[in-house]
Formats: sequence, C-alpha cells, structure tokens
Amino acid sequence: MKTLKDLKPKESGKIAVVKTTGPIKRRLMDMGVVRGTEVYVEKVAPLGDPIEVKIKGYNLTLRKSEAEKIIME
Amino acid sequence: MSKSITIALAGNPNSGKTTLFNAFTGARHSVGNWPGVTVEKKEGKIQHNNAQINIVDLPGTYSLSPYSLEEVVARNYIVDESPDVVLNIVDASNIERNLYLSTQLMELGKPVVIALNMMDVAEKRGHKIDCKKLSELLGVPVVPIVAAQKKGIQDLLNTIVDVSKGKIICNPTDVDYGKEIEAKIKETIEVIKDNIYAHKFNPRWLALKVLEEDEAILKTIKLNLSKLQSHEQIAATSEMSLDDDFESVIVDRKYTHIAKIISKAVKKPKVFGLTTSDKIDKVLTNKWLGLPIFAGLMYIAFWFTFSIGNIFLDLIDGYFGALGESVGASLEVAGTADWLNSLVVDGIIGGVGGVLTFVPNIAFLFIAIGILEDSGYMARVAFIMDRAMRKVGLSGKAFIPMLVGFGCSVPAIMGTRTLEEENDRLTAILVSPFMSCGARLPIYILFAGVFFPGKESTVVYSLYMLGIVVAILAALTFKKTLFKGAAVPFIMELPPYRIPTIKGTGIHVWERVKAYILKAGTVIFSACLVIWFILNFNLSGMVEMQDSIGAGIGKVFAPIFAPLGFGNWQAALSLITGLLAKEAVVGSMAVIYGLGEAVGEAAVDGDVVGFISTLKTAGFTQLSAYAFMVFTLLYTPCVAVIGVVKRETNSWKWTGFSVAYQFVVAWVIALLVYQVGGLLGF
Repeated sequence: MKTLKDLKPKESGKIAVVKTTGPIKRRLMDMGVVRGTEVYVEKVAPLGDPIEVKIKGYNLTLRKSEAEKIIME
Repeated sequence: MSKSITIALAGNPNSGKTTLFNAFTGARHSVGNWPGVTVEKKEGKIQHNNAQINIVDLPGTYSLSPYSLEEVVARNYIVDESPDVVLNIVDASNIERNLYLSTQLMELGKPVVIALNMMDVAEKRGHKIDCKKLSELLGVPVVPIVAAQKKGIQDLLNTIVDVSKGKIICNPTDVDYGKEIEAKIKETIEVIKDNIYAHKFNPRWLALKVLEEDEAILKTIKLNLSKLQSHEQIAATSEMSLDDDFESVIVDRKYTHIAKIISKAVKKPKVFGLTTSDKIDKVLTNKWLGLPIFAGLMYIAFWFTFSIGNIFLDLIDGYFGALGESVGASLEVAGTADWLNSLVVDGIIGGVGGVLTFVPNIAFLFIAIGILEDSGYMARVAFIMDRAMRKVGLSGKAFIPMLVGFGCSVPAIMGTRTLEEENDRLTAILVSPFMSCGARLPIYILFAGVFFPGKESTVVYSLYMLGIVVAILAALTFKKTLFKGAAVPFIMELPPYRIPTIKGTGIHVWERVKAYILKAGTVIFSACLVIWFILNFNLSGMVEMQDSIGAGIGKVFAPIFAPLGFGNWQAALSLITGLLAKEAVVGSMAVIYGLGEAVGEAAVDGDVVGFISTLKTAGFTQLSAYAFMVFTLLYTPCVAVIGVVKRETNSWKWTGFSVAYQFVVAWVIALLVYQVGGLLGF
C-alpha cells in the first residue's frame, strides 16, 4: 500500500483514502486532503521532517507520521 | 436616520482578512479578546453613504467544524449574534480551498457576501474568474477586490448595504449531499422542526449537525438522541453504504460541489509554472541553506531588537532619571513632605519609567516579528524547526518565543500568540521565563565578579545553559503530565511570500505596544507603589529600611533560603524586590547593605571592591553565591512578566501556577546546588 510518506520530492499522486480518525482527520479534510485530490510533494524539511506538499493550488506542510496515514491510489 | 448594520468578517488565514479590515477601518478599531478566551477580537465602525457599519473581525479559520477555539468562536458569533451580513473574504488565487469555508458559512443561513480578494495575483497566475457566473452558481453576491490596493472596496460596501436592506437577496445554492443523505436530512428536519430552539438556526444546517452528532449543537437544542428514533440507523446505514464515516462524506461532497462550480466559473492554465513565492522558498527552506539562513535571520532579528532597541532604551532611561531628579529637586524646594517626595520620585516616576524603558525593545521586537510573520517566513520557521522542537513536545512555532526569552520574557510571552494550539501556548508561556533574560545579567556579573574572579564567563555561560536545560525538562514534564493527550498534529498552510506593508506591520506593532503600555503598565505601576510602601513604612509610620515592613517580610522569608545558603533577611528582601524587576536585586542589595546607589552601580560596571567584604561578611561563600545566582535565574520572574502571563493566559489560576512552580523549581535546584556542592567539598 503506497502512502503519501512514500512519495519522493517532485513526485505526485492521487489520494485514495485518509486513514485516520477524529480531529486530525477532520483537520486534514478541512484543508482539502480528500480522496481523489492530486498531491505533489514539494520538499522535505532540512531536518528530515515534516514534508511540504502542493494540494488544491496551495502549499501545505504535515509530518511524516500524518502523511503515512494518507493512502495513495 | 438609517439603522446601523453589523457585519461579521470571516475568511481563511492568509486570505487578506486583516488587510481588508485595515482598509475599512485604518488604525481606528478596538482590539480585545473574545469573552472567556484568548482569541483576539477586533471591532471597528465605518460610515458609508449614511449607513453606519460595525465590523466584527472573526478569527481566521479554514473551517467551522468545532475543533479549534477559533472555529467555535466564529461559529457561535454568527449563530448567536446574528450579524446582518456575513462578509466572507476569499483568496482568488487559492479559490478552491477558500470556498470550502464559504459553503459552511452559507449553510448557516445568514446573508453572505463574498469578497474575492487578490484578483491581481490570480490574474498574474493566469486564472480567469468569471465573477458573475460564480455569483450565479453560489447564489450570493461576489465582489472582486484587491484589499492591499483598496480596489473594489466601495463596490463591496454598496453591496453589503444593499444586501442588508434586502435590495439584493442571497439565495445560496445547497450542496448536493447525494440521495441517501438528502433523505436523512429531510427526515431529521421533520423530527426537529418543533424544537423551540430550532428556528434560531437554518433547519437544513441544524439537521446536518444533528446527523454529525455535533455535541455543542445537541446540547444547545437539548435534543435527546433517542428522540430521533431512527438516528442510529441513519448513521449505520449511511456509513455502510458510503464506505467512509459520515463527516468525511459531508466534507467530500462539499469539495465535489466546489469543484463543479469552479469548473464552470474559473479557467486555470493547464501547466503550473513556478510562482515567485516557490522560487524564494527553494532558497529559504533549502536542504542545506535552510538552517544557516534561519540562524542568520534570527541573529539579525535579535540584534535589531536589542542593539537598536537599547539605543532608545538608554534615551528613555536617561530621560526618566533626569525627570526624577528635577521633580525631586523642585519638590524639595516646594517643601513637600519627605514621604510624598519619595512616593513621587521613587514610586511613581521610577516605577512607570521602569515600564516605559522596555517599550523600545518591545516595539522593535514586534517590528521584527511582524516582518517575519507578514512576509510568510514565520510559517517556514515552524517548518524548519518542527522536528527539533517536537523532541521537547512542542511545535516548531514555539522556537521563536524561546529565543526571544534571552532578551526579555515579556515580549517572549506576548510572542506565543503565534501558537494556535492552546496547550503548546501554555507550555511556552510557562517555560520561556527560564531563558535567562537580559535583566538577570547584572546579578551574574556582580556575583561572578566577586566570587569567581577569572572564571566569570564560564560561570555566566553555565547559568544560561542551566536555564535552557531546565526549560526543556519543564516542557517535557508538562507534556507528560498537565497537557497529556494526543500529540499535537502539525498540519499547516505555508502561505505565499508577500512583501510586508509599512501600514500593515505598523498597525500590528502599535496594537501590541499599546496593549503592553496599558495593561502590563497598570500592573507594574501598582506593584511599584506596594513595594515602595513596604520598604519605607511599618505600622508606626515612615521608618528606615531595616525597620520597614519589607525588612520584616525579609526576616520572615529568610529561613526559607537558609538551606540554600543565603538565609539572611537582606538577601531575602533583595530577591523580593527582584520581583519588581530583576535588575532591582543588585540595586536593592547596594541600598540594603548601606553601600549606596553609587557603589551598587559601580559594582555593575565591574568595580566590586566594596562589595567583596560586605557580601563575605553577610555570609556568602563561593557555593552559596552560585546557589543565589541559580535561584535568581530560575525563580518567579518580575511583575511585568506576571502581568503579561495573566493577560495572555486570561486566567489567574495559570498565573498563580506559573509564579508558584517557578519558585519551587528555583528553590529545589538551588538547594541541590548548595547541598550537593557542599557534600562534594566546594
């Protein structure tokens, strides 16, 4: 199963499902991380975490621990 | 005479909401907090074509789901206060995510006007937005504006007035949630329509919230879930057939609805080029350059705050010194009573002057922070530092206040406003005073100079390091005990870089400085009066200091410090006066030991001959001197800090806790230093 965490910088993919619950899921979804959305990985922070992605035309940062729960198609 | 119109300004963070608010009101607005919470509330009044318009700035949010304080505040205001018009600012260059909040706002059932901001940026990126079409599809007026250049503001105000007068009717298009959910919504409306609280809300929205089991709403309408006979089944069936939880499906459908509208009203270029912002970001958060650039920028901000700020600080300090002297002299000539003379010069001028001398540092710090924030760099600081700060249990954003704490804890604590998460913010407020501030340096210089000649810098350095270590340990402890619970997620927008405007940053700085002068100032002012009083009086009237209430208090507290190696009333009293300002410890020691102000100042400048014998006869040894320094490093900070903690936590409980635990931490660690040091033979 491929997750957002597995994508390397400059790679992109489509979200299949957001596999987390509660406020974190709600927050992710509010920010536009919903299934079927195209995500492009921009870069990894200098210390190796978090990552920066482009989604719905804006830049979003999230930790790898959260990216791991976003399953890609 | 026309009635006044109340509008609520809602929008995503970074959508230009503050810019629009400033374009409406300039600096003529009031800043306060929403009742009971520390979320900032701004209000302003404007006059437009004989109509008086009150603007309430709601907190910037991405959503109205009641998970964060800001979201609850925004939602409650619209539902409970029923503004005439909800003005929703939408960033045209980021329209898809911005419209998500719009769909939620429109569901609340109040008239909505959309201000489509940053049309210039969107056009530059090649997005063609058909406002008329967009307005038709959404069912509410859409007015294109460029808030930063005040373009479209008059049109916007005209539209708002027309909507409030009913000349333009808002008829928002419903999101289509699909056959299954729509049926449930209808069913639920039937069940709740007779509820007496129900007409306060838009029935469709209320039904959705009931289906989502929104606790706040269920409580308000006092609806027992069992009354909704079919509720359980509703949730069960929908989740089964929708293969996701109910809430997610709702969000999903909203985004689908938006995508449909955008495909009809917005034309985007197929290929994304790199924006200027992306190019800047390539350098500033670069894998190799990111950290050095960050360190450099922090150094510049710090230098700016304390070097440039101190030039003004000296000017103001000198001015108040001179003012005190001349007022004192003229009072003596006028023949007023000594006590009045002392009250005015030492109590009032000294006290208020003491507050105002920090104003330049605070102003410069907030200019620096304002520029970093308004440019969009602050979000990148969090991005760069998150991993390191997470080890301590804090988010990346908490780094800045910590760093600022080396200068002064007051702006450090005020700087925690950039932290959205309440627990993060409280932790940062509670631990940042352990960062050794500039005012504590004179104490170290004096004691290290007297007791550790030749090793001063090592001693002072060890104290700074100790402060950092204690701060880290305290933060970790809080995360493990008081603020336990799920790790704070780090999901944050990295907004495009923008050039900060003088007006925007200026208004921001002015708000902060004004708040500092007014609020922290009143606290310090009264504290100064109290301390002046206890050092000059006892029950029989005005007396010498050793017979004063203050000395009495010193004697009461001295035994507490005996196990730490400095159990004399003079040390205790000087520590108490240190609550006024940490610099006061050295000054009051000079006064208490009868060395006079001049000698005290000489000691600070490095001439310590007079102090050595006095302090040694007072019972200080190398070890107890070090314990004393450790104690001053860690104990309860000055009243200015206490005042700011009260203001920023909005709670006497947390303020009291902060005062008490810092005292305990200082006492325990100084005790360990003195007792363990003694055992080791120091």
